[in-house]
Amino acid sequence: MISPQTVDDALDALSDTPVHRLLAGGTDEMVKLNHGAQLRQFETVISLSRIPELSMWTLDTAGRQITIGAAVSWSQLTEAPFVEHVPVLAQAARTVGSPQIRNAGTIGGNVATASPAGDGLCALVALDAMATVRSTRGTRRVRVAELTTGPKRTNLEPDELIVSLDVPLTHGFQGYTKVGVRNAMVISLAGVALVVDDDRQSVSFALGSVGPTILRSPAAETVAANVLFGGTHLGDAMSQLAAAIRKTARPIDDHRSTAAYRRHAVGVLATRLIERALISRGASQ
Amino acid sequence: MTDVIVDERDFELTINGARVPVRGAAPGASLLQVLRDQLQLTGTKGACEEGECGSCSVLVDGVLMCSCLVMAASVTDTAITTIESVARPDGSFSDVQQAFVDCGAVQCGFCTPGLVMAVTDLLNQQPHADRETVREALAGNLCRCTGYGRILAAIDQVISQRAAQ
Ligand SMILES: Cc1cc2nc3c(=O)[nH]c(=O)nc-3n(C[C@H](O)[C@H](O)[C@H](O)COP(=O)(O)OP(=O)(O)OC[C@H]3O[C@@H](n4cnc5c(N)ncnc54)[C@H](O)[C@@H]3O)c2cc1C
Ligand code: FES
Ligand code: FES
Repeated sequence: MISPQTVDDALDALSDTPVHRLLAGGTDEMVKLNHGAQLRQFETVISLSRIPELSMWTLDTAGRQITIGAAVSWSQLTEAPFVEHVPVLAQAARTVGSPQIRNAGTIGGNVATASPAGDGLCALVALDAMATVRSTRGTRRVRVAELTTGPKRTNLEPDELIVSLDVPLTHGFQGYTKVGVRNAMVISLAGVALVVDDDRQSVSFALGSVGPTILRSPAAETVAANVLFGGTHLGDAMSQLAAAIRKTARPIDDHRSTAAYRRHAVGVLATRLIERALISRGASQ
Repeated sequence: MTDVIVDERDFELTINGARVPVRGAAPGASLLQVLRDQLQLTGTKGACEEGECGSCSVLVDGVLMCSCLVMAASVTDTAITTIESVARPDGSFSDVQQAFVDCGAVQCGFCTPGLVMAVTDLLNQQPHADRETVREALAGNLCRCTGYGRILAAIDQVISQRAAQ
C-alpha cells in the first residue's frame, strides 16, 4: 500500500502504478472488498488518508466560492462554514448514513462513486459545482454534472484524482430532502436538492435516484422561478411544478423501490422544498 | 516528501496505546478482520461487514468508525481504541458499561461492544445530549434484541450520574 503525503506524490503514484485501487474513506470500496471483490495480483492500494491538503477547505467570500478538498468528510460538511454558506450540502451530508459513516466517508468518494442516489452529488449538481481533476498529465476543471456519465460511471481516467470541488456561494434559499424506508441510515429512494439564487433570480433543481445520473429539471426550474420571482400564484404553479419534475424523472424499478413510487415522491419533495423556500423568505401564503 | 509504503501483510498498529505487530494479514483486510483474526482482540464484533450494524465500532484517532470499512494497512500511523480499553485498569466496568448492566440493556450482547464504544464517544463529546441527539447518534448501531428502550435508559443513567458528580 502506498500512502502519499502530498497531492503531487499521489499523482505520481497513480501514474507510476498502472494496476491500483484508490482508497479514500473506504465506505464504498471496503464494502466491495469485504463482499467478494479481491485485490488483483500486483494491485497496489493507494490510500489518500495521509494527505492533509485533501481534507481542507477554503472559503473565499470576496470571490463568492468555497473550495472543498476531495477528502473532506461528511462530518466536516455538517459543521461550519458549510451550514451557513452551503446549507444544501450540509443538509445532504446530515442525511448520510450514521456518525460512523459520516466520519469516514468523503465528498470526493461520493462524486467518484457516481451513484444516482449520492446525496452529496445531488447537492453539488444543484449548486453547479466544478471539480478540479488532476493527473501528472495536467489539470482539468469539469462540471460535476459532466463528470458523472451513468450509474456508477464517470469519465475519470485511471491516473486522475479529484483534488477539490469548487462551489459557488449564492444568496437565497437552499434545501435538500430525501425519502427512504426509515428516517436514519438510508440510501435515498428519491432525493431533491434546491438552490435559489436571489441575485440572478434563478432556481436550480437536482433530482437523485430517479435516473441513471443526477438529473436537472429546466422546466421545473422555470416554473419555480416564476413562483419565487415572478409572482405566479403558488396554488396554480404547484401542480405544474410537480408535473414538470415527474416528467424529468426517469426512474426504474429495483430492489429498493418502484419507478411509480419514485416518480410520485420526487414531485412531492420538490414542491415541499419550494414551500420551504417561500416560508423562509416570509412570503408564504 | 516521500510516500509511506506499507506491506499489507506485515505491519504494525497502535492499539489501546500499545504498538502491536501484525503478521500475515490478507492484502486488503479490514481493521475488523485484523483485530479479530490476527490479533485475537475479539471484543470488537463483526456481522454485516458493510457499515450497517455498527457492531464493529472502534475509534481511529479518537473518531468513531466502523472497523469493517477501514483498511487495516491504511491506519498504521493512527491510535486505535477498541472495546478492550474501556474497562478501568483494575478490571471494573466503566460507568457506561455498568449502566448497561444495571438497566438490562444487554440481552444477547452481540451489539453491546459497538454500542458501548458509540455511547462512550457520544457522551464524551456531548455530556448533556438530549434524547433526540442520542437517537440520531446511535442510528448506526443495530440491536436486534432490546428494542433500544433499556439502552436509552442506560444512557440516561450515565448522563444523570455524571451531572451529579
Ligand atoms: C452503511 C452505509 C451507508 C451509506 N449511506 C449513504 C447515504 O446515505 N448517502 C450517500 O450518498 N452515500 C451513502 N453511502 C455511500 C458512501 O458512504 C459514500 O458514497 C461516500 O461518500 C464514499 O466516500 P469514501 O471516501 O468512503 O469512498 P471510498 O470507498 O474510499 O472510494 C469510493 C470510490 O471513489 C474513488 N475515489 C475516492 N476518492 C477519490 C478522489 N479524490 N478522486 C478520484 N476517485 C476517488 C475510489 O477510488 C473508489 O472507487 C453509505 C455507505 C455505507 C457503507
Ligand atoms: S460489521 Fe461493521 S458495521 Fe456491521
Ligand atoms: S442485545 Fe442482542 S443485538 Fe443487542
